[in-house]
Amino acid sequence: MQLNMVEAIGRALGQILEDDPSSVLMGEDIGVNGGVFRATVGLQQRFGDDRVVDTPLAEAGFVGAAIGMCLVGLHPIVEIQFDAFVYPALQQLFDHAGRFRWRTQGAYGLPMVIRLPYGGGTKAPELHSDSPETIFSHMPGLRVVIPSDPRSAGELLLAAAGCGDPVIFMEPKRMYRRGRYEVPEALLAGDLDKAVVVRDGSDLSLIAYGAMVEVAEGAADVLAQEGASVRVVDLRSIYPLDRDELLSAASETGRVVVVQEAPRHCGVAAEIAAMIQEEAADSMLAPTLRVTGMDMPFPLFQSEDEMLPSIPRVVATARAALNY
Amino acid sequence: MTEPSMTSPARPTVGAPGAQLLEGALTVLGDEPTSRVAHLLSLPQELPLALFSAMARLRAFDERAVILQRQGVIGTYPTYFGEEAVQAAGVLALSNEDWLFPTYRQTAAVTLRGCPPEVPLLMWRGHPGGWHDVMRYRVAPICVPIATNYPHAVGAAWGAKLKGEKVVALAFGGDGSTSAGEFHEACNLAAVVGAPVIFLVTNNQWAISTPISKQTRVTRLADKAAAYGMPGIRVDSFDVFACFEAVREAADRARAGLGPTLIEAVGYRLGPHGTADEPSMYRDQAQAGLWAAMEPLGRTEAALIEAGLADQQQLEQIRKSAAAALFDVADRLAATPLPPIEEIADSVHLRTPWSLSPERLHEPKWISNG
Ligand SMILES: Cc1ncc(C[n+]2csc(CCOP(=O)(O)OP(=O)(O)O)c2C)c(N)n1
Ligand SMILES: [Mg+2]
Repeated sequence: MQLNMVEAIGRALGQILEDDPSSVLMGEDIGVNGGVFRATVGLQQRFGDDRVVDTPLAEAGFVGAAIGMCLVGLHPIVEIQFDAFVYPALQQLFDHAGRFRWRTQGAYGLPMVIRLPYGGGTKAPELHSDSPETIFSHMPGLRVVIPSDPRSAGELLLAAAGCGDPVIFMEPKRMYRRGRYEVPEALLAGDLDKAVVVRDGSDLSLIAYGAMVEVAEGAADVLAQEGASVRVVDLRSIYPLDRDELLSAASETGRVVVVQEAPRHCGVAAEIAAMIQEEAADSMLAPTLRVTGMDMPFPLFQSEDEMLPSIPRVVATARAALNY
Repeated sequence: MTEPSMTSPARPTVGAPGAQLLEGALTVLGDEPTSRVAHLLSLPQELPLALFSAMARLRAFDERAVILQRQGVIGTYPTYFGEEAVQAAGVLALSNEDWLFPTYRQTAAVTLRGCPPEVPLLMWRGHPGGWHDVMRYRVAPICVPIATNYPHAVGAAWGAKLKGEKVVALAFGGDGSTSAGEFHEACNLAAVVGAPVIFLVTNNQWAISTPISKQTRVTRLADKAAAYGMPGIRVDSFDVFACFEAVREAADRARAGLGPTLIEAVGYRLGPHGTADEPSMYRDQAQAGLWAAMEPLGRTEAALIEAGLADQQQLEQIRKSAAAALFDVADRLAATPLPPIEEIADSVHLRTPWSLSPERLHEPKWISNG
């Protein structure tokens, strides 16, 4: 069936609620209103308000409660309304969710998912465009997953819900309604730790995730016209990184450019560049380069295109690597 | 002066649920006609019309902003239709030395301190000119993350007290914000340190689609004040004179060293949460309709006329000139050039780090030249 990303997420959530009687959704305005992005439309009607719960406005409270729910055998999936509003819950995620299995010496995990619409490009007000994946992937014990299209969103969400440990599931909201694509009627859980080669190539690899995959593909089109064979890798798992796929891309193409919309400093791109430097230096024909957001608050929306990596910026950077 | 009447538009009926909610809430317009009139006449001569004018300006801003949003001149916009009384009273009951801590719902409050309206409109246009001059107006930048402005107000009030200044701080917020941890922490801290702060919480019964019944089991938010050891006052949010009294009293207490006050301005969100919201998806719009008669400008007009403080024509003139002041605001917005990103980047730190320098803001030259 043809679904956009937000519909695919809604479908995956419906399937999870259907197949797993222990699953519970909670968040602000997700019930009657179906979420401010409409990801949960119809689910409260279908599954009742014990399983699709409108919470009070208290992110620290309901994310903390999700931890408690896990202890009694529930599988909470929490929607945070917008990127920056997860920050009140960071203490629960960092001090508790990420440490729980470790505190039980590996015996018990917290099967919870935090769904976090994130990122820019939607002309939204302040604090509705952040890309905070780095902070989650820096803090131990959390998995961080970012889909790039409708199908990967559905499949990875199923995988996240079934993985047994807390997953920060970040949804690039600019891709929510970016066209409908084929999604299987019955979704199957995807592979949680796997990057995917969305286009093969031999001269250079563009590594991207979330909304940046589309930008990388656009850049690959331009570079193809210039005769460059460009591989595009959709990272999907921010933590852990798919080391094998990244190192193959590095060693097989010898040139890597990483694209992230988050600020540059200590970002995912820096981690990938360090990995390549440590483990594939001998195969490299050029330094690994980055195209990123800037080390500043996400600008008010008239300037957001300056923050967001663009096809021309990716192309220019790729050329620098190709001509190195 | 016309004969005051009990059923004046100053005191409309709101139907059973509304009447119940407003029961016991501080009111002026809902009083007996004679005391209503007496109250208005007891105020400093300029004040009743000043409050009306402030509301008229706020209304004109809000109506213009909604139009500008439809025209694509600004982005998504949180209308405050019906909440003008709380804002006008909150600003006018304090002195210009006192600090205000608005949320996204009170973007135009700063205009009542003299800031040109295009400044808050630029904010919704996604333009950095939307950040008003915080120190000049003593109005904090508008706060989007719910409840996070409360502790700031506490700190400003407490700090002023430590410095021996008689300055009060007022934080705006909504019913939804009272569920968030920082509301609790701010109230508690303020009471413990005796901060001269006012928490002015508009209970419009809705946090986007979430009704107050799913937010808290307390039917009166003001009751929460007891848990912190501070007074909690309930006031009709559509009654600008009552709101003014509530804030003035709280400010007097604060200045007298008696610490914080929680004011619950009880009402109903007459409009959508914002321009992107569709309330019919989640609430019975007929109920909102019952509240429509409480709309504060109309009520105030009726009361001013009743008290002989103004005539219809004069009030219409005030509304018209408030609207007229905004007729060409779209041109002024369009004429405000967008600063280059290098300039915006240079505004993040006092000493701009190399990573935000014009040369390094994006990829270094050797890279961006391909
Ligand atoms: C910490 C945080 N979580 C979620 C949001 C998203 N959000 C914006 S407004 C709003 C509802 C606020 O309701 P209320 O406090 O009653 O204020 P009102 O909008 O009615 O003025 C929500 C949930 C936010 N801004 N901040
Ligand atoms: Mg509200």
